[in-house]
Amino acid sequence: MIPESFDYQRASSVSDAISLLHQHGEGAKILAGGHSLVPTMKLRLSTPATLIDIGDLTELKYISDKGDYLAIGAGATHWMLESSDLIQQKAPALSQSAGQVGDVQVRNRGTIGGVLAHSDPQADYPGVILALNATIVVQGSGGERTIAAADYFTGLWETALEETEILTEVRIPTDNANANSCYLKFPQPASRYPYVGCAVAMSTAGGSCAEIRVGFSGVGETAFRDSGVENALQGQALSESSIAAASAKAAEGRSVLSDVFVSEEYRRAMAQVYAKRALSQLS
Amino acid sequence: MGQYMGQSVKRVEDQRFITGKGQYTDDIQLPGMTFATIIRSPLAHANITNIDLSAAKNAPGFVASFVGSDIPEAIAGVPCGWQVDFKNGDTMKEPPHPLLARGKALHVGDAVAVVIAETQAQAKDAAAMVQVEYEELPAVTDISAALKDGAPQLHDGVPNNKIFDWELGSGLDAVDSALAGAAHVTSLDIVNQRLVPNPIEPRSAIGDYDDSRDYHTLYTSSQNPHVIRLLMCAFVLGLPEHKVRVVAPDVGGGFGSKIFHYIEEALMVWVAKQIKRPVKWTAERTESFLTDGQGRDHKTKAQMGFDSNGKMVALKVETDANLGAYLSTFSTAVPTYLHGTLMQGLYTTPAVHITVNAGVTNTAPVDAYRGAGRPEATFVLERLVETAAAEMGVDPAELRLKNFIPPFDGSEDQPGYQTQVALQYDSGNYEGVLKRLLEMSDYENLKKDREAARANGKLMGIGLSTYIEACGIAPSAVVGSLGARAGLFEAANIRVEPTGSVTLFTGSHSHGQGHETTFAQLIADDLGIPIENVEIVHGDTAKVPFGMGTYGSRSLAVGGSAIVKSLDKIKEKGAKIAAHLLEASTEDLDFAEGKWTVRGTDKSVAFGDVSLTAYVPHNYPEGLEPGLDETSFYDPANFTYPFGAHMAVVEVDPDTGKVDLKRFISCDDVGNVVNPMIVDGQIHGGVAQGIGQALLEGAVYDESGQLANASYMDYAMPRADDLPSFELDRTVTPCPHNPLGAKGAGEAGTIGSTPAVVNAVVDALRPLGVTDLEMPLSPQRVWAAMQQAK
Amino acid sequence: MKVSMTVNGTAFEHDVEPRTLLVQHLRENMGLTGTHVGCDTSSCGACTILVNGETVKSCTLLAVQCDGADIKTIEGMATNGDLHPIQESFREKHGLQCGFCTPGMILSSWQLLERNPKPSEGEIRHALEGNFCRCTGYDNIVKAVQHASQQSA
Repeated sequence: MIPESFDYQRASSVSDAISLLHQHGEGAKILAGGHSLVPTMKLRLSTPATLIDIGDLTELKYISDKGDYLAIGAGATHWMLESSDLIQQKAPALSQSAGQVGDVQVRNRGTIGGVLAHSDPQADYPGVILALNATIVVQGSGGERTIAAADYFTGLWETALEETEILTEVRIPTDNANANSCYLKFPQPASRYPYVGCAVAMSTAGGSCAEIRVGFSGVGETAFRDSGVENALQGQALSESSIAAASAKAAEGRSVLSDVFVSEEYRRAMAQVYAKRALSQLS
Repeated sequence: MGQYMGQSVKRVEDQRFITGKGQYTDDIQLPGMTFATIIRSPLAHANITNIDLSAAKNAPGFVASFVGSDIPEAIAGVPCGWQVDFKNGDTMKEPPHPLLARGKALHVGDAVAVVIAETQAQAKDAAAMVQVEYEELPAVTDISAALKDGAPQLHDGVPNNKIFDWELGSGLDAVDSALAGAAHVTSLDIVNQRLVPNPIEPRSAIGDYDDSRDYHTLYTSSQNPHVIRLLMCAFVLGLPEHKVRVVAPDVGGGFGSKIFHYIEEALMVWVAKQIKRPVKWTAERTESFLTDGQGRDHKTKAQMGFDSNGKMVALKVETDANLGAYLSTFSTAVPTYLHGTLMQGLYTTPAVHITVNAGVTNTAPVDAYRGAGRPEATFVLERLVETAAAEMGVDPAELRLKNFIPPFDGSEDQPGYQTQVALQYDSGNYEGVLKRLLEMSDYENLKKDREAARANGKLMGIGLSTYIEACGIAPSAVVGSLGARAGLFEAANIRVEPTGSVTLFTGSHSHGQGHETTFAQLIADDLGIPIENVEIVHGDTAKVPFGMGTYGSRSLAVGGSAIVKSLDKIKEKGAKIAAHLLEASTEDLDFAEGKWTVRGTDKSVAFGDVSLTAYVPHNYPEGLEPGLDETSFYDPANFTYPFGAHMAVVEVDPDTGKVDLKRFISCDDVGNVVNPMIVDGQIHGGVAQGIGQALLEGAVYDESGQLANASYMDYAMPRADDLPSFELDRTVTPCPHNPLGAKGAGEAGTIGSTPAVVNAVVDALRPLGVTDLEMPLSPQRVWAAMQQAK
Repeated sequence: MKVSMTVNGTAFEHDVEPRTLLVQHLRENMGLTGTHVGCDTSSCGACTILVNGETVKSCTLLAVQCDGADIKTIEGMATNGDLHPIQESFREKHGLQCGFCTPGMILSSWQLLERNPKPSEGEIRHALEGNFCRCTGYDNIVKAVQHASQQSA
């Protein structure tokens, strides 16, 4: 319930935070909203020597329309995303998932950057970020670089973010598919993390599926794009039967999580059910 | 009746709670207080081969540390409060439950050592430096497995882990022959899963010691401070009770789990004396999961036989009861006297017999959890009845109505009903609650809705349950003969202050039940004084004469009756003073609206004048003692028997197996009601916990004995959006043997609701061929049952 | 390190260890024990308070993260002795029993009504998903929030 002792540094800017990261080396961790990190520290599962707090940096708290994409500062809270008309309009899957993270109190404080940097396999956003074909912007001492969402999640609790880099922005393309997107979640009844979180972005033309991206959270060790579902529906006329056939491919060939409460079989079946519901909703 | 009784008076205690001024144990800070962290076994069954405290002793802020061998042998451990002997007369096995493990850990969370430091953080840091070496032993968590030959053995002198076997009823031969002759027999194997009570306030205990007068104080989050003091002084630490004060301040919910005397309470008292400073321990939530007394965990085989007219002819029940690693205070009473004795249910079944095998396993101790035995009994009965109705093709409401005990009010003309399983019911109108429930739910149309839904491919289900419970524990002579090591009466001291205001010192602790309001209503009306003039004091052994505490829905029926007795004494003495002041005879006085009046005249004297006279006795009856302060102890004549009928309406998602609880309707009869708002609140809370058991909750131990869901991230409990609004009504059948006619409302909701929900879900799936489901009815379980039925 | 914050309208400055949780800081250093701790996993909501006008779980924030913050706890809900309408509504509708979850429940209700003054029953239940109550079955809590909502025109 009480973390181990650590040194605390408050960063005055992103570049200050980066230099603090360099200065404090391996044991340093970035603290944003703290809603992923502090709980693990209280259980002493995480014992950083130094915390570098970027929570107060207003330069990271924004949502803006850049034409081709929405730029979301890493410090934007889930509540900011949930309540943003802009996101609701251009990427409803993101506002829907933001509105289902944790609870009101967690959403008031937790940030999108924190969730993505922490890369909890049970988080809501990762599948959404994949389905929305987002780009993740990070900054290090060498400057800024961008990482495609597809390259970002590298494993259980692992990402393409280097230890001395800070995640600063998430970019969501303002394409037709993202404007017609949704996120449906089958929550674990206690934690309410997704057993299955299914995000779909799909554009249609003349009753057919023109472009489709499907992302799953919670199903596997990391979030994944489901090319099986996508390929089955791409270019097909949207009908009850084509959707049923496509959703039957959900998580096919994927390794699926199981535990004492939920079997692999059930999770796989729910991935199919939620794929079908999401596809039906967007058609 | 005056202006308060029967009214939904707003609660007196709320002011402090809604402004953040409640004072719970962990809120208490004493000068010089230290903090304890308990090192707990990470293994379910292990020999402790070495404990290395050297690093911890050098940690910043370290004050002291203790292991099991530091505690004198004479302090054997916390006792069990109820002796249930074997069928053959052999004495119950009662293995010790030491304050800190002595060489062996028996469940995950078993206390191994304690470290005390200046701050809570320092205590945690130092505890993290303690190195304990374990030699892991095979563990057993399932009760049926534990009772078999060859199972891992927990305690010396407890062969096959068996604590006792027990039986009650008409006799095995009688039920077997009745079953053999039955036209229809319904059989079920039932698992009543293990639950974690989870009051939102974690347990907390502060020990304080004043060496100048050798005086101990324990602040503890408890439902019954006097019982804790009695057990701790007489059976654990060997302290004289006049040198020990136990305070249970505001307590953040209990639900049974804060009845029991826990090792941490005695340990903090003992440690405080060793270090001569106050010491506080507060459970983290995971500690609560691992060490709070848990509930249920029965495995039962049951058969119910019917004749060709659908009349019940026999009930046979065999239960294995898991008591956990140690015998908690009431643990042995739960599967026996609080469970087996309820197997008659509301029915006239002429042959009823139950056998119970109880044993220990490498799990947290199991004891009373809201309902305590009665939910288990009701679940067995009501699953059987509903299953039988489906098998015989009759309406489940009709089947119940056909078999109910006819209405009786407990008067000489309609005496109590003697069951096959020892109890004598006090009064009841069982068809009354069920008929009212059917009306409330519009049952006939609901059944039509179900047919229409089914025709549309929807999985809609209706589930019923009716129940009776035994509350108001307990008549001392009866429970004493059954093995209870203490009588379960209640005490009330009413102190009338000189100016006529009143302080009640009650043994019924309030931790959410609203006693500070209900008892004040009772007193204010009876004495004809404003409710603001009544103060209720509870939870402190230094103030209250004695108390058996709050559990078993006993506070109004037993604690309230003690108050009535004291009020009668106050009025009797007051009348003597009034008669003196009015120069009249007591026989000629009437007491009403707060004054004594000479019958037929306008001569009167007010209550406040009488009380002042009692304390300023210049003009006073000869030979009468001054003062107006009366104490009573009320020992009930019988248990009380609330009853009711519950209904759940559900729809099951055919794709996911998720249960949507559409409606929950109940009609309960808890006897006379003092505050309807508070009683409804008790039903609400009970129903929510019962629904929690049906749909969400269940402690899961893996094979190695780890509790797989020892946090709120894994143990599912109802949240606001898991539940509907509840539809409630009540009938009133007064209890004939206590002065208030009250029966008790605390557990009713929990007892009736669980089987109603399970029956509804099974009903929804019955068209698919599903006939039974194991709780909790998680989406995966329901989905798997649907897959299997396909 | 030094941390200053305004709590219920009063400015405070303390020297705290960086690992001090906000809830410990409030309870132990300021004596504001109306904010409770019911779990270790940010699940139960008993520690809910307002930081800069938004509800947070004070068990999941470090005191040092709130340097300069404006904080309100249950002790600051009443003004000049007059209870806040939500506090009144909890009493009026019997929205509490043991009282342990109540401070957090009241502040979560405040947040809901601040953002959505006329919520539906479903919206109320959803907005309270971060707060456990084990006593009431939530029935009367929902009614209390509805009552408070009706009080404000």
